[in-house]
Amino acid sequence: MRAPKKGRRQSSEGDNEEEEDELLQFLGPAEGTQEREDKAEKGPTLLKKEYNQSVRWQEYEKNPYDEVKNPDGIIQMGLAENQLSFHLLESWLSRNPDAAGFKRDGESIFKELALFQDYHGLPAFKNAMVEFMAEIRGNKVSFDPKKLVLAAGATSANETLMFCLAEPGEAFLLPTPYYPGFDRDLKWRTGVEIVPIHCSSSNSFQITQSALEEAYKQAQKNNLKVKGVLITNPSNPLGTTITREEINLLINFVSAKEINLISDEIYSGTVFDSPGFISVQEAIKDRNLEGTDVAKRVHIVYSLSKDLGLPGFRVGAIYSNDEMVVAAATKMSSFGLVSSQTQYLLSVMLSDKKFTSNYISENRRKLQERHDMLVSGLERVGISCLKSNAGLFSWVDMKHLLSSNTFDAEMELWKKFLYKVGLNISPGSSCHCSEPGWFRVCFANMSEETLKISLKRVKSFVESTKASNSDVGGSKSPRSSRRRSLTKWVLRLSYHDRESER
Amino acid sequence: MGSTSSEQQKNLLSKIATNHGHGEDSPYFDGWKAYDENPYHPTKNPDGVIQMGLAENQLCFDFIEDWIKRNPQASICTTEGIQEFKDTAIFQDYHGLPAFREAVAKFMGKVRGERVRFDPDRIVMGGGSTGANEMITFCLADPGDAFLIPSPYYPAFDRDLRWRTGVQLLPIICESSNDFKITKAALEMAYEKAQQANINVKGLMIINPSNPLGTILDKETLQTIVSFINQKNIHLICDEIYAATVFSQPKFISIAEIIEGDGSCNPNLIHIVYSLSKDMGFPGFRVGIIYSYNDEVVNCARKMSSFGLVSTQTQHLIASMLSDDEFIGKFIIENSNRLATRYKNIRRELDKVSIGCLKSNAGLFCWMDLRKLLKEPTLQEEMVLWGKIIKEVKLNFSPGSSFHCYEPGWFRVCFANMDDETMEIALKRLQKFVKRSKEKRCGSKEEILQKQSSAKHLIS
Repeated sequence: MRAPKKGRRQSSEGDNEEEEDELLQFLGPAEGTQEREDKAEKGPTLLKKEYNQSVRWQEYEKNPYDEVKNPDGIIQMGLAENQLSFHLLESWLSRNPDAAGFKRDGESIFKELALFQDYHGLPAFKNAMVEFMAEIRGNKVSFDPKKLVLAAGATSANETLMFCLAEPGEAFLLPTPYYPGFDRDLKWRTGVEIVPIHCSSSNSFQITQSALEEAYKQAQKNNLKVKGVLITNPSNPLGTTITREEINLLINFVSAKEINLISDEIYSGTVFDSPGFISVQEAIKDRNLEGTDVAKRVHIVYSLSKDLGLPGFRVGAIYSNDEMVVAAATKMSSFGLVSSQTQYLLSVMLSDKKFTSNYISENRRKLQERHDMLVSGLERVGISCLKSNAGLFSWVDMKHLLSSNTFDAEMELWKKFLYKVGLNISPGSSCHCSEPGWFRVCFANMSEETLKISLKRVKSFVESTKASNSDVGGSKSPRSSRRRSLTKWVLRLSYHDRESER
Repeated sequence: MGSTSSEQQKNLLSKIATNHGHGEDSPYFDGWKAYDENPYHPTKNPDGVIQMGLAENQLCFDFIEDWIKRNPQASICTTEGIQEFKDTAIFQDYHGLPAFREAVAKFMGKVRGERVRFDPDRIVMGGGSTGANEMITFCLADPGDAFLIPSPYYPAFDRDLRWRTGVQLLPIICESSNDFKITKAALEMAYEKAQQANINVKGLMIINPSNPLGTILDKETLQTIVSFINQKNIHLICDEIYAATVFSQPKFISIAEIIEGDGSCNPNLIHIVYSLSKDMGFPGFRVGIIYSYNDEVVNCARKMSSFGLVSTQTQHLIASMLSDDEFIGKFIIENSNRLATRYKNIRRELDKVSIGCLKSNAGLFCWMDLRKLLKEPTLQEEMVLWGKIIKEVKLNFSPGSSFHCYEPGWFRVCFANMDDETMEIALKRLQKFVKRSKEKRCGSKEEILQKQSSAKHLIS
């Protein structure tokens, strides 16, 4: 029996017949969709292969929510933006017009800024950046501005580090789930490969020794030389900070294998709850590894896009203890320098210590509030989230809402959320999560009212799903268990069919 | 421990990170170092090195600063500006602010005398023209492929087009005998050479107006180039970043003008790189642009532009400034006039000591002919002369060899990055040096004649 093709289906009410029909659909691979990425086809002869843009954005853009103009539109919950503390930035700007007005001490410095293209960066800006980074880390560590390299956003910083540390065809290990943009940033133009370190919900997606070893082995099996491990701490999409055990595990691992450790700490200023944030810089210090070869292989990526909510300004940075990496990355930064206009504005802003300390604490407070609102709102309708203490999103467990424990079912649920519920949330498969049913839901890119509306919509959806489940003949349980066994049986059948087709 | 450890460290870095592809070992940068160590200042260091190796446009800042003062909302420092702040700061769409793209497209059209119109939807951002040039290379070529490029050319192309892309640059040799024009024969020769070496040529890169020559391509040459690339089915990338620095006749002809209405040219092969660094004097703001007539390239480049988007704070400023038609109209004329004045001044002073430059009508520099100051027409002598110019004359000129010029003795000399007084001092220093050099040569000639005549006397 040929497994029927998976077709594009119109969104419809989740009636049972259709659900059974879907069980007979060709079941996609267990891994996330990106695993199926074409490595073979090069695309048009005159062009390099394009990075495929997701369809999700397009759907949202066709029908975006607006409180007044389009109250039934799709609410964007897939964008990790920090819009909660703009009022603080705006009031600072109104009190400090010179900083944006190209003036220093009342005098115009427009010409000086317009001509400034030194890839070492504006000294005042780098000084302010390292102090800000230290402040976020409770001043438990300090940073040397000479080791900081500016880049056009963390996007550029991450790519530049790949160019510096790996050859085409070499690999970096990344714990899953991870930020989908890494597939472009780390791999596209560099030719570097990503090998996943599979993390599971059974231990809250923490990185384990065995998962690390397994990933390393997998790389070797595929003839990929591993050049390092890249972690995002705090994690996107999990919203958790790395534990002391994990960071020590990682340092031991990279030390033993003599490879790099990149810690993308762009969410460091969004840690709103305990346990506290442990920067890799702090871990190195605590273990008395400063100045050692291990420390030289540890690099940090930073940005102001999440902590300050300024993604448009393209402010990214690489921090490395290896002077050769700093030298190479500095030269490469020519391809993506930070506008001097922006460097100057932010150098003044971040040098204002009263502002930064108030901003950091106020930002944390607001994020905590918002996080709690989302988590408790979801809890009330029986949806739980991974316990988190950072980030601009929650990692939401919707396994129980899946029609089957598959990624196809996850896609189905995602579509329902998009078209029926009117919420654009990010499916775990797009983050390479190895288990279906998890979704990343952002909470900091909208007003409180909009978040409340989103929660109302979720509530209606959950309630209607429950209602429709109990509506269709007889009690829920026997039918569900029959569906479950049907599922297993069909799964087995489809799987064997696929096997024979290969 | 030291050397083993650093070897190990080196092994942990990529080849790209540890090779010399960044090109900073070129003599082009040595002069900068000399300047950095001993920079001229009218009062604090009047004997310091005058920087004439930096192609910056500093002639119109008073004009621009006046606009900035009159338009504070463009800098987000007024109440109105602050209200827009949030939307600007969170906008990270790689399409760029619509107002920015429209303003840039309009400006590009104005600079070309409204002879062509540019479509804002084809405007793609890059991290300065440095980022834009690398990006277009990534879009069009694979590692090992090659671009042909007329020499002499801007030294940093060796880094921008080759370093991380793995693409090669093959020179098309241009000679002073015909004012360094690009000929069909030279194009064919370069292409043939590549074929013989089994190198896959993917495109031709031209810089028009030229850096370092300061000349523009005439219609005939542009048409020759267009038919060449169509015939070979390779891309044409036109770096037009000096378009608004054309200060005298003949008028600038953009590739956009050539292909408009030319049915024989495949538009999918045509791409323009632009920037505000030279025309406006804003290298610090990193405003680079790719304009492609190929839809797929636009789409691909747009996605790649994520690696070098223009800060929205800057997009906002530029959108506002370039939309001010009255200001821009005046700026283009004023910029051109001031450059023309500088150029005439230099040519006049150089004429006094019989030093010639390639006749040019654009750019922020002149291509100076110092061949007669060389003891011998060799690269070595060019380096010797250059060393003297930096150390004795205290002027940072850029030697032609750093631009891959095959004829020794040519130097690029920038004239738009200083005020009138400094320019005067620089020219006086050069005049003194040339006179001294002539005296020395005459002196040695006299010595030779004396020796010859005394030798004759002995014989007779």
